[in-house]
Amino acid sequence: MANNNTLISVQDLKVYFRTGHECARAVDGISFEVRKEETVCLVGESGCGKTVSALSILGLIPTPPGEIAGGRILFQGKNLLELDEEDMQKIRGNRIAMVFQEPLTSLNPVFTIEDQIGEAISIHKNVGAKELRDRCIKLLKDVGIPSPVQRLKDYPHQLSGGQRQRVMIAMALACDPDLIIADEPTTALDVTVQAQILRLLKSIQKIRSMSVLYITHDLGVVANIADRVYVMYSGIFTEQGNTAQIFHDARHPYTQGLLASLPSRSKRGKRLYSIPGTVPNPAYKPAGCPFHPRCPHAILTCAKEYPEMCDYGQGHLARCPVLLEGGDGYK
Amino acid sequence: MELLNKDKQIVLRVQNLKKYFPIRRGFFQKIAGWVKAVDDVSFEIEQGKTLGLVGESGCGKTTVARLILKLLEPDHGKIIFRGSDIGEFTEKDMRPIRKEIQIVFQDPFGSLNPRMTTGLSIEEGLRILGIKRGRKRKERLEKLLKMVGMSPDSADRYPHEFSGGQRQRICIARALSVDPSLVVCDEPISALDVSIQAQIINLLKDLQDRLGLSYLFISHDLNVVSYLCSTISVMYKGQIMESAPAEELFENPCHPYTMSLLSAIPDPEPGIKREIELVEPDLSDSLITSNGCNFQGRCSIEEPRCLEEKIGFEKVGEKHFVRCWKAAKK
Amino acid sequence: MNIDEKGFNQDFQFEAPMAPKRTRLQEFWLLFRQNRLAILGLFIFILFFCCAIMGLFITSGPDPLFDPAMIRLQEKLRPPLAKPNLDSLRREEIPCLGFYLMGTDDLGRDVFARMLQGAWVSLTVGFVAVGISVLIGIFMGGVAGYFGQHHIRVDHILMTILLISGAGLVMAHSIRFGAVLLCLTLAYIFYSFFTQNRSGEKSVPSWAKVFRKSAVSVDTLIMRIVDIMLCFPSFFLILTVVALLPASIYNIMIVIGLTSWMGTTRFVRAEFLSLREQDFVAAVKTLGASNFRIIFRHMMPNAIAPVLVSATIGIATAILTEAGLSFLGFGVPPPHATWGNILSDGKNFIFDAPWLTFIPGIAILIVVLSFNLFGEGLRDVLNPKLRERH
Ligand SMILES: Nc1ncnc2c1ncn2[C@@H]1O[C@H](COP(=O)(O)OP(=O)(O)OP(=O)(O)O)[C@@H](O)[C@H]1O
Ligand SMILES: Nc1ncnc2c1ncn2[C@@H]1O[C@H](COP(=O)(O)OP(=O)(O)OP(=O)(O)O)[C@@H](O)[C@H]1O
Ligand code: SF4
Ligand code: SF4
Ligand SMILES: [Mg+2]
Ligand SMILES: [Mg+2]
Repeated sequence: MANNNTLISVQDLKVYFRTGHECARAVDGISFEVRKEETVCLVGESGCGKTVSALSILGLIPTPPGEIAGGRILFQGKNLLELDEEDMQKIRGNRIAMVFQEPLTSLNPVFTIEDQIGEAISIHKNVGAKELRDRCIKLLKDVGIPSPVQRLKDYPHQLSGGQRQRVMIAMALACDPDLIIADEPTTALDVTVQAQILRLLKSIQKIRSMSVLYITHDLGVVANIADRVYVMYSGIFTEQGNTAQIFHDARHPYTQGLLASLPSRSKRGKRLYSIPGTVPNPAYKPAGCPFHPRCPHAILTCAKEYPEMCDYGQGHLARCPVLLEGGDGYK
Repeated sequence: MELLNKDKQIVLRVQNLKKYFPIRRGFFQKIAGWVKAVDDVSFEIEQGKTLGLVGESGCGKTTVARLILKLLEPDHGKIIFRGSDIGEFTEKDMRPIRKEIQIVFQDPFGSLNPRMTTGLSIEEGLRILGIKRGRKRKERLEKLLKMVGMSPDSADRYPHEFSGGQRQRICIARALSVDPSLVVCDEPISALDVSIQAQIINLLKDLQDRLGLSYLFISHDLNVVSYLCSTISVMYKGQIMESAPAEELFENPCHPYTMSLLSAIPDPEPGIKREIELVEPDLSDSLITSNGCNFQGRCSIEEPRCLEEKIGFEKVGEKHFVRCWKAAKK
Repeated sequence: MNIDEKGFNQDFQFEAPMAPKRTRLQEFWLLFRQNRLAILGLFIFILFFCCAIMGLFITSGPDPLFDPAMIRLQEKLRPPLAKPNLDSLRREEIPCLGFYLMGTDDLGRDVFARMLQGAWVSLTVGFVAVGISVLIGIFMGGVAGYFGQHHIRVDHILMTILLISGAGLVMAHSIRFGAVLLCLTLAYIFYSFFTQNRSGEKSVPSWAKVFRKSAVSVDTLIMRIVDIMLCFPSFFLILTVVALLPASIYNIMIVIGLTSWMGTTRFVRAEFLSLREQDFVAAVKTLGASNFRIIFRHMMPNAIAPVLVSATIGIATAILTEAGLSFLGFGVPPPHATWGNILSDGKNFIFDAPWLTFIPGIAILIVVLSFNLFGEGLRDVLNPKLRERH
C-alpha cells in the first residue's frame, strides 16, 4: 500500500499493558498510513487506544507497564520502533510534533510563553537569541494570537484555554514538522473556540503543507476537518475510508450506530438510536468480533471468529463480513 | 402573587436572579472586585417541558443551577417554585421543598459517594420520603433501578464498579427517588462516551414522558439541546442573551452571539462545511465587565452605543427575547 | 406521580453483574484474610489484651500469683530467665514460675509480674486517650470543615465567656456570683432564640447591633485554637493540669486525650474541605438530608482513613506520655506498675540491666506495630475500591 506519497505508515501495531495479573490489549493490531499534506482522523470512544497509538509513534509509551508487542512504524522509510532513544529525540518535536489534550497542564506554569516556545526551537535548532525571539513572535502571529510581542512575557495562567491551545500548536509548529499529531486538542474547549482552532489547523496545514493526524471522539469535528477517517473500537480499526464514505455510506454496525445515535435538530421528536451495552474493558475483551455483544447484526460466528477487513472499493474497508454478505444497516 | 397563580403549569419562574462572587486579593484578602457569575437572569419552565441553557464554559450555568437548588444563596431576585419564592427561604423552610427539585451532575465519578453502595445512596432519598426500611423500601429501590435500566442486584455494588454511563443512570435513579417535579441536568452527558450519550438522552426523554418531569437542561452542545429542549436560553457572561422556542432560535437567531454559536456547531454532515465567521475571543478577565453590553469586544456589529447603555432584554417575537438593541430594532 | 413497572427503556438489556455476589461480611473477611499482616496484627493485639486482663486478676488480691510489689533486695537486677537464689529467699518470695522470666529490677521485684500488672493500665491509657482525642478531633475537624464559613457573632462569644466563667465561679464555691452569671446567660440565650424565631434581625434595637456583628468564622476560630494548643509544649501543659487535679489514671487519660486532638482535627478538616465541594454531598443535600446526617453518614466515612493511621501512632505517644508523667510522680501512684514507669525506672540502669528498658520498650513497640498493621488492614478493608475482583 505504501507509495512514495506516504509519510508515515503503521503496520500491525500492538501495544499491551501488563498490570498485575492482567494484560490490557490497548492497541491490538492496527495499520494505517498518513500521506503527505493529508488530514487523517482517528475517531473512537474513551479508552479505545487512540492516545496509546499516538504515543507509540513518538516512542513515549511508558515501559513497564507498557510494551510494544509487535508491528512496525515506518516514517519516511525508517522503522521508528528500532531507533534508539537519541535518534528518536531528533525526530520527536522536530519531524513529528504532538499537541496534547489538556492545554492547562501541558504548559509549564512557571515559564513564560517565550521561554517555552523558545525551548521547543532551541532543542533542535541552533539559533541566536534575537532570531529566537523573532521566530517566537512569528509563530504566535501564525497561530492567531493578537499582539504577540506583548504576549511573549505572559505566563500560561494569563491566557484563556483557547489561547493556551494556540500556544501549544505554536510549539508544535516550532521546528516545521512534517507531521503533527493532535490528540483531542479541542475537547476541553468551547464550541466557538473549537471552531477557531480547527480553522487554524486547517489553514496552517495548507500554508505549511504538513500532514495532520487528528485524534478525537467527536464525529462532528471529524466531518469538518478530515480527509480520511479511521474508526477505532477496543484497540482495532473497525472501519476506514474517506470522509464521505464514512458519513454517507458507513458499512460497519458500530459506525452506523454512532451516526444514528447523534442527536440533532432534524431528529427532534424521534427516538434516538442507541448502541446497547458499554465499551469493553481492554483487559477482558470479548472473543471474536469485539463489538459482538453490542451488535444488532451479530450471528453465532461473530462470537468465535475474528472478522477480517472487507473491501468496499476506493479504500473503504469495514471489519464486518456479515454485512458484506447482504445486511442493510439502520434506516 | 396573583400573576403566578394564573398559569399553574409553570413549575419554576426565575426573575432577575443575581449572584456575584467576591474576588479577593492581597494579604488581607480585601475584596478587589466582583465576578458577576449570574447577572439578572430570568426564565420560566413549564410543567413537563425542557428548558435548555447553553453557553460557553464559565458563563454561569452551573451557578444558576446551584442557586435554584439553594446550594447557594442568591444575592438578588426571585426563584418562584410553584408559587412560593424559595429564594428567601431559610434552610429549615427549604427542607420540605428540597425533594421537589433534584439535580444530575456532569461528573459521574464525583457525584456518588465512593464508600456507599449504590443502593444505600438511592435509599437515602427513600428514607427522606419517609418510607421505612423493609420490604417496601426494597421494592421501591428495585423499581427505581429497573426504571433506569439497571439490574436490581447492582444495589449491593459500589460506584467504582460501574462505568460512567451506568453511574449516570444511578444518579438519575437517586434524583427520582424522591419524586421530584423538576430535575436540573447539569451537562449530564458531556463526560460520557459517545455511544452511551444516546442511552442517557433517551432515558431522560422516556422518564419525562412517563413521569411528567420538567427539566432544566444545561449544556454547551447545541446539537443535544436542539434535540431535547422546547425552549432554549443562550447565556453569556452571566446574562441570558437570547431566549426563544427551539425552532425559532435555530430558524431565526437574532443575537450576534447566538449566530456565532450556531455557526460553530460541528455538524456531522460533511460537505456542508460552512465558513465560520468569528471574531477573536476577548482577552480581558472574562466576567468583570464595565457598562454596556456584555458581548462588546467580540461583537461584529458593535457600535459606540453598546459600550455605554445598559442593554435591556427585549421582546422580538412570540416568546422570543433578545438582549441586543440592534437585533431588537430590526 | 407514580413509578410503574411497564415500558422499561429498551436501550439497555439489564447488564450482567460483574462478579459473583457475596454478603458484606464474607467480603470483609475475605479481604481481611488476604492481608496477612493485618491478621497478625489483630492476633498479637488480642493476645496482649488477654494478657492485660489476665494480669489484672493474677497480680492483685490478697495473695496474688504474681506479686509485683514483692521486694527482694538480695535478688536485685537479675537478668531474664535467671534462677532465684533459693537459699536466701523465704518461701512466699520465690516467683511462681520458678525463675525470673524477665529478670528483676533494682529492688528485686519481678519484672514479669510488673509488666503484667502494668499492661492493663498502659493499654487503657493508650486507647482511651486516643479514643478521646480522635472523637474530639473528628468533631472539631468536622465542624470546622463543614460549617467553616458560618460566622460567630460577638454576642455568642460573650455568652460563652460568661457561661464558662459562671461555671468556674460555681465550681470555685463562689456560688452566688456564679449563679447570677449563669442565669444572665441563660436568659439571653432564651431571648435571642425566641426573637430570632419570631421576626429575625429587625427587632434588635440599634445600640445592640454591635453584639450582632459577626466576629469570626467558625473555621478561623477552631483553627486558631488548634494553633494555640500546638504552641504549648503539650507535655508541660499536661503536667500543669495534672498537678492541679488529683492523681488518678482516669484524669491522665482524659488530660492526654484533651491535649492531643489537634492533629486529627487538621486531617479531618482538610478532608472535609475537599469533600464538601464534591457533587455527591450536594446531591444528598438536595435530597433534603439534615446537616448532621450529611456530616456523619456521608462525609465522615470518606474522611476517616488518615485518622485511623495517625491514631495508631497516637497510642504509642499516649503510652509514653503516661510513662513520663509516672516518672515525674504525677501518673499512677508508685507501687503500681505501668509500662511507662518500668521503662523510666530502668533508664538509670541501662548499662547494668538493659532488659529493664528493653522489655517494656519492646512491648510498647509490639502493641503499636500490631495495632498499626491492623489499622492499615482495616483501612483497606473499609475502602470499597480495593474490594474488586477477588
Ligand atoms: N500507563 C498505562 N498503564 C496501564 N494501562 C494503560 C496505560 N495507558 C493506557 N492504558 C490502557 O490503554 C487503554 C487505551 O488508552 P488510551 O489512553 O489510548 O485511550 P484513548 O482512546 O486515548 O481514550 P480517551 O478518549 O479517554 O483519551 C486504556 O483503556 C487503558 O486501560
Ligand atoms: N464559589 C465561587 N467563588 C468564586 N467564584 C465562583 C464560584 N463559583 C463559580 N465562580 C465563578 O463564576 C463563574 C461561573 O461559573 P460556573 O461554574 O457557573 O460556570 P459554567 O457556566 O457552569 O461553566 P462550565 O461550562 O465550565 O461548567 C466562573 O467564572 C467561576 O469562576
Ligand atoms: S462481525 Fe458480527 S458482531 Fe462484528 S460488527 Fe459484524 S455483525 Fe457485528
Ligand atoms: S448590544 Fe451591541 S455589542 Fe451587544 S450584541 Fe448587540 S450590537 Fe453587539
Ligand atoms: Mg486519549
Ligand atoms: Mg458547569
